Formats: sequence, structure tokens, C-alpha cells
Amino acid sequence: MTTGSITLSDDPLVRFILRRADDALVLGHRLSEWCGHAPLLEEEMALANIALDHLGQARALYSYAAEVEAAGHDEDAYAYRRDPVDYLNLLLVERPNGDFAHTIVRLWLYSAFMSLWWQAMTASKDAQLAALAARAVKEVAYHLRHASNWVVRLGDGTPESLRRAQTALDLLWPYAGEMLTSQPDEAALTANGIAIDPETLRQPWLQRITSDAAQAALRLPSAPFSQQGGRRGNHSEAMGHLLAELQYMQRAYPGAQW
Amino acid sequence: MVSHLSTDAARRIAEAVPDPEVPVLTLGDLGIIRAVALSETGVDVTITPTYSGCPAMNAIGMDISLALGEAGYGAVRIKTVLSPAWSTDWISAEGHAKLKAFGIAPPHPRGTDLPVVCPHCGSASTSEIAHFGSTACKALWRCNTCREPFDHFKCH
Repeated sequence: MTTGSITLSDDPLVRFILRRADDALVLGHRLSEWCGHAPLLEEEMALANIALDHLGQARALYSYAAEVEAAGHDEDAYAYRRDPVDYLNLLLVERPNGDFAHTIVRLWLYSAFMSLWWQAMTASKDAQLAALAARAVKEVAYHLRHASNWVVRLGDGTPESLRRAQTALDLLWPYAGEMLTSQPDEAALTANGIAIDPETLRQPWLQRITSDAAQAALRLPSAPFSQQGGRRGNHSEAMGHLLAELQYMQRAYPGAQW
Repeated sequence: MVSHLSTDAARRIAEAVPDPEVPVLTLGDLGIIRAVALSETGVDVTITPTYSGCPAMNAIGMDISLALGEAGYGAVRIKTVLSPAWSTDWISAEGHAKLKAFGIAPPHPRGTDLPVVCPHCGSASTSEIAHFGSTACKALWRCNTCREPFDHFKCH
């Protein structure tokens, strides 16, 4: 059995799939960190459920990437045997959880985008991705509903919950633009109707966020979307720490199974 | 191959396997068995996953293999097909009745906006406690009339 790190394929379709699989895995991992620490029992179950949905989406996408790449990798090889530089997730999803408001505001910004993205992907000319999208679009609707309900409750709640939600939004805003940015190596896939140009979802995303924020009495920051790089493998320090925990078992005991 | 083995019999066996998370339902009630095909080399069972993150999917594959293996079907291969995506509309009428008898409010047809009826007392005056319940497929509700909490199988 090969046990060292694997390197990333140059195939644009593999990279396209891995980007979204990595987003789902990393956000699912972050959400699962709340297990045992959520502020309410119901929230404990909600965050664990949402984490599990993301893990399931990641697994399905990794399995499909493995099929497309046909290099003998499987979902575990992608998850456990890539170094940070070979992960292509958004910087947004790797940020540490922070407080509950920070976790929820991030989930809201991301799910508002992903609900549009999965909806658009149901029309992908890639039948497997369209099938995955048909299932995921129903799941992300729950995630968005849950997160946006909380954003309104936190923003329109007490002065302290408003302060925390606004602080989280100000901190996260510069990271939100990466998911809206076109990736040069996805242009051909977009032209062929397989991929979606995320740029086309920028306005509907902004509309949803603006409307929720108005209900929540939150002020949208004017800061530019300056924090980008995850899509090319340039990650923050947090990513190494996250993978150290996520990959620990397979790195310490290569090929371990149970 | 023994003579009593047939595609129809294999399908009945697979459909009679209980769902690991909601054991009152069989896989047949749930509507996830898409195809059963008997061949000289064994039996192929095609299933459609319910939720992306449903941890029961692996257990379901194992349970089907075990049930068919015990009935004398040699190699059992489980395949999954994603399209069209599973929906709660695929749960049979019998499945709905079983859920209700078990104390779980069954899902409504997708796209309808009917009240969630308490499976204990039949009251339509109910309220949601949490979108997310003990499994991915359920939400937690409460009856305003008999005051009992209950699970509602979410429309999906």
C-alpha cells in the first residue's frame, strides 16, 4: 500500500470537483468541532446534522473525483494523504470557528452561495454532478434556513448578540469573495456547460445576504474581498492545524483500517 | 444455484430488510431499492441513497448482503445510483401508516403546505421545536393539544 502524500492532478475537472469536496470536508470538520460544546441541545444536533451532510457531500464528490482521475486514489486518499498546499478549499471555511455567532455567520454566507450553486449545478451537462446537485440542493436549503434564522435572532437580539454577529460579519466579509470569483482553469468546463461560473451568482447571493442582513439589523461591511488563495492551495496557518487533527490517525498509522 | 432462487424472491428479501435507523420501515417501504438482478455470478442490488450524510447507507448495504447471503444467494453486489434523487414521496402508503403507528408524523407530499398532525392524538395544532432531530431525516415537533413531543419525517 502507498502511504505517502499524494499530489494534485492537473485535470481541470478533477480540480473543479476537489475544490467543492474540500470546501464540504473542511466546513464539515469545523462544524463537527462544536460536538459537545453547542449552546443548546437542539443546536448540538443541528450542527452535527449539518456537519454530517457536508461530510456526505464531500465523500460523494471525492469518489467521483477518483473515478474521473483514474489514478488509483479513493476518497480516503484525498482526505488523509494530501498536504495543505494540495487542498483547494476556500479560506472562508478553514477559519477557526470562533464564537457561536462567527460559526453561524460563516455558515450563512457560505450556504447562501451554495444553495444558488447547487441549484445551478442541477443543470450541469455532467450527469453525475447534476445527480449529486439534485440531492444536495435539498440539504443546503435546510442549512441556509437554519443559519439565516439564527443570523436574524442574533442580529435583532440583545446588544451583546448584535455586537458579536456584527463583529463576525466584519471579520468574515473579506473572505466571502473567494467563492464568487471565477477560476481561470474552470473556463473551459464552464463553456461546456459542466461547471458554473461563480461570478454569475454574485448578484443573487448579494441580494439574499442584503435582505437577511437588513432583517437582522446588521450592517454589510464595505471592505473589499481581499482574502483569497485557498482555491490555488495558498492557505492560512489554520489549515495546517486542521489537517494535523483530521489526518492524524492515517499519518501516524498509514493504511490503518477498522 | 439452488432452484428456489429467483429475481422476484431476491427482491422480496431485499425489500423486507428493516431500515437501520427507523426499523419500523422496511427498505421496500422507504422506496430505495431501485433494481435487483440475478445472474450466474450472484445478485446485483441497486439502491438510491436518501441523504448525503446518512450514516445508515453503509449499514443498509451490509444488511442487504447479509439477508441475501443467508437465503443462499452467493455474491451480493450493492450499487448506488443517484439519479433521480430519492424523495420522501417514494415512501409507500403502508410506510406512512407504519410511521404514524410508531409515533412519527409522516412526510407530506413535496410542495404541499399541510399542517403536521400529532401522531399521538391527531391534533393539527402542533409546533416545531427544532428543524434537526435525532437523525438527518427527522425534525422535532410538539403537540399543542396533548403536549407530547414527537418526530416528524421531513419532506425531502
